[in-house]
Amino acid sequence: MFDISPTEWTAIQLSLRVATVATLVATPIGIGVAWLLARRDFWGKPAVDALVYLPLVLPPVVTGYLLLLTFGRRGLVGAWLADHLGIVFAFRWTGAALACGIMSFPLLVRPIRLSIEAVDRRLEQAASTLGAAPWRVFLTITLPLALPGVLAGMVLGFAKAIGEFGATITFVSNIPGETQTISSAIYSLIQTPDGDSAALRLVVVSIVIALAALIASEWFARRALQRLHGN
Amino acid sequence: MLRVDVSKQLGEFSLQASFASEGRVTGLFGASGAGKTSLINIIAGLLRPDRGTIAIDAETLDHTAERVHVPAHRRRIGYVFQDARLFPHLDVGANLDYGRRMNRLADDAAARARVTDLLDIGSLLNRRPGQLSGGERQRVALGRALLTQPRLLLLDEPLGSLDEERKVEILPYLVRLRDEAGVPMVYVSHDAGEMRQLATQIVMLRRGRVIAFGGIEVLPAA
Repeated sequence: MFDISPTEWTAIQLSLRVATVATLVATPIGIGVAWLLARRDFWGKPAVDALVYLPLVLPPVVTGYLLLLTFGRRGLVGAWLADHLGIVFAFRWTGAALACGIMSFPLLVRPIRLSIEAVDRRLEQAASTLGAAPWRVFLTITLPLALPGVLAGMVLGFAKAIGEFGATITFVSNIPGETQTISSAIYSLIQTPDGDSAALRLVVVSIVIALAALIASEWFARRALQRLHGN
Repeated sequence: MLRVDVSKQLGEFSLQASFASEGRVTGLFGASGAGKTSLINIIAGLLRPDRGTIAIDAETLDHTAERVHVPAHRRRIGYVFQDARLFPHLDVGANLDYGRRMNRLADDAAARARVTDLLDIGSLLNRRPGQLSGGERQRVALGRALLTQPRLLLLDEPLGSLDEERKVEILPYLVRLRDEAGVPMVYVSHDAGEMRQLATQIVMLRRGRVIAFGGIEVLPAA
């Protein structure tokens, strides 16, 4: 049962790579957006707020299709990126990472935003009276104190990215070795006669990855909380 | 020399204060709600005045007519809050060192030793704020503000959150600070007894207005 075939390995590795890249690229952007939403008032804030959460409520196939229209070979942004920077998303693993990053973004941003909102602003004021410029207040006070939320957001985002299916398959299809992640591999296998045992193996692998991510996040969150409460 | 001439509207409350003080310890005295904290927040740069000027010696920190507003982090004004506001994720040593790092000052072991001795906090350096008593926390907050080498130190009811016993514990440190540290202070309190022990000049506030200014003799009789 547990002879994982090379194709399955490829899908597992690809999923891990796509989810890792998506999470690592989305995290700094997510921290910036979360900070803006938590700490700043600006014109159009409700629109930004809605835009961030849109992937959560839109059908994934719609998000995938919009990505195809925008970042596809002939899409407005996609064509420009391909011609000027040589970056191609369509039918590449990078496209899968983009789709996963966008789909997991709301889940990533939310805990970060909540934890930034929970940071006592009086501590930030104290830091500024001690000579810290606003960006240093953020780096030395706000961000460390919001760290449990950042880690929680990263784990949630990673888990969502591992499991993303609809937007990815719509945008970059299901090409073994390039864009076939665990989810799309399972989807293909259950459409194939005799694919059941291979599909089950991948199901077990997904469960193991998800559990490992949850346990790791619990551990990180507990350590971070201990640091914060100063005991 | 601290010169203050500002007005600020905060909801229903209007603050209009004007005074110039040369004293080592300027006491801002008044009941709660008189506008004391708003006034030192304006001096610290945490609140922007609607109109007016703030200056220390020859340097203007706020001048609304000329659109001058030096942000809090560039004022070199130390601030000790009523609730200490130590950073919970840093130990006492790192809290004390924070201002030096942010101001990119050279590491001065002698200054650090002087401040930790003055406040008797040398034995607390490896502890976390969560493990300190209220009085210890307030002493660390004092040390943290002093180590930024401020040109003015603001103290907002630093004894306000402490019980009588702790007040008696901290007060001598404040007197020592006044007599040894050589940093002019603005001391906020509603306690005439504290004022008599510490202040050299009194600014009395009521409902957002300065109603008396002078030596400690302007304080209400005990």
